Amino acid sequence: MKKNSCHWIVTFICLFGFPYLLMGQVKIFEKFDEFNQVVLENISEDTTYVINFWATWCGPCVKELPYFEELNEKYASMAFKQVLVSLDSPRKMDSKVVPFIEENEVKSEVVLLADGKYNNWIDLVDPRWSGAIPITLILKGNEKLFYEKEFHSMEEIEIELLKLFKI
Amino acid sequence: MKNLVNTLLLACLVAFTVTAQSGYAVGDKASDFNLKGIDDKMHSMASMEDAKGFIVTFTCNTCPYAVMYEDRLIELQNEFGPKGYQVVAINPNDPDVKPGDSFASMKVRAEEKSFNFPYLFDEGQVVYPMYGATKTPHVFLLDKSLTVKYIGAIDDSPRDASAVEERYLANAINALEMSKDPDPSFTKAIGCSIKVKS
Repeated sequence: MKKNSCHWIVTFICLFGFPYLLMGQVKIFEKFDEFNQVVLENISEDTTYVINFWATWCGPCVKELPYFEELNEKYASMAFKQVLVSLDSPRKMDSKVVPFIEENEVKSEVVLLADGKYNNWIDLVDPRWSGAIPITLILKGNEKLFYEKEFHSMEEIEIELLKLFKI
Repeated sequence: MKNLVNTLLLACLVAFTVTAQSGYAVGDKASDFNLKGIDDKMHSMASMEDAKGFIVTFTCNTCPYAVMYEDRLIELQNEFGPKGYQVVAINPNDPDVKPGDSFASMKVRAEEKSFNFPYLFDEGQVVYPMYGATKTPHVFLLDKSLTVKYIGAIDDSPRDASAVEERYLANAINALEMSKDPDPSFTKAIGCSIKVKS
């Protein structure tokens, strides 16, 4: 009986606790400066970073996301880090962003950049960025690749990644 | 050999830069267009004889960021229409890719929102590349001679109209009214990519 109730508690936590654990993982950055310090500038020399800017309301972004997930799975154990930067409104965190992550079982790290003063920071991400999403950055050391486009397969992103990623 | 590689790299860089900068910059003279509106009539800027300037806005039905600005576009037409600045909305999306942006859907949306400005369809997607629009919404403010005076966002707060601190476009029009050059004349904002067949 005791064992059984233990099982129930574990099952309960798995079923209902998991979404809350996950929710805690989507960090919200209210200001670009903080995001810049923690995500874009906080890079270690030996690691290659893939940073994708997306939103749940952006059709092409949602379409290419599985390819980024595939890439993440393939390279997760190597000197590789992927961050999916949601530009959704922070008000949509519980109604859109978290449900999207759960339904699609997104494993990559997701953060939400809430700073709505876009004109102040779009050029700081990259002067080539017009403001349309999705965009993808691939970073390694001082090198940076920029793509304002939708990717159509994991291999298509991988080809770009391998320009900077060295085993 | 190294020189050849360098030359090739430079050529690639130049080619890329040129591609990235296609479209109009502030100061360029824009081309007129002749596009079908939701009233089933053809519209060109030349046919809007009374206008002192044009607020050419690439927008659509389906992009949340475009939808967030619908009411503000109506207000801009109310505010600046009487002064001679005409809002001209153009949907650049390919409806085969985004069915919600079909000509029929444009008519429905314009009726729902009672648009007080022409809403035109960029059939064949010829106008938006000429202007260099990359997203919706994306505004090009032209003076009467069709010289581009301002490119970019309508204001600095897409998600919350009540939190606007800088009305970039309205300020730009007010500058033109005072025979000044808008400052800033170029801004950026997040938007939806223009939908094309891949």
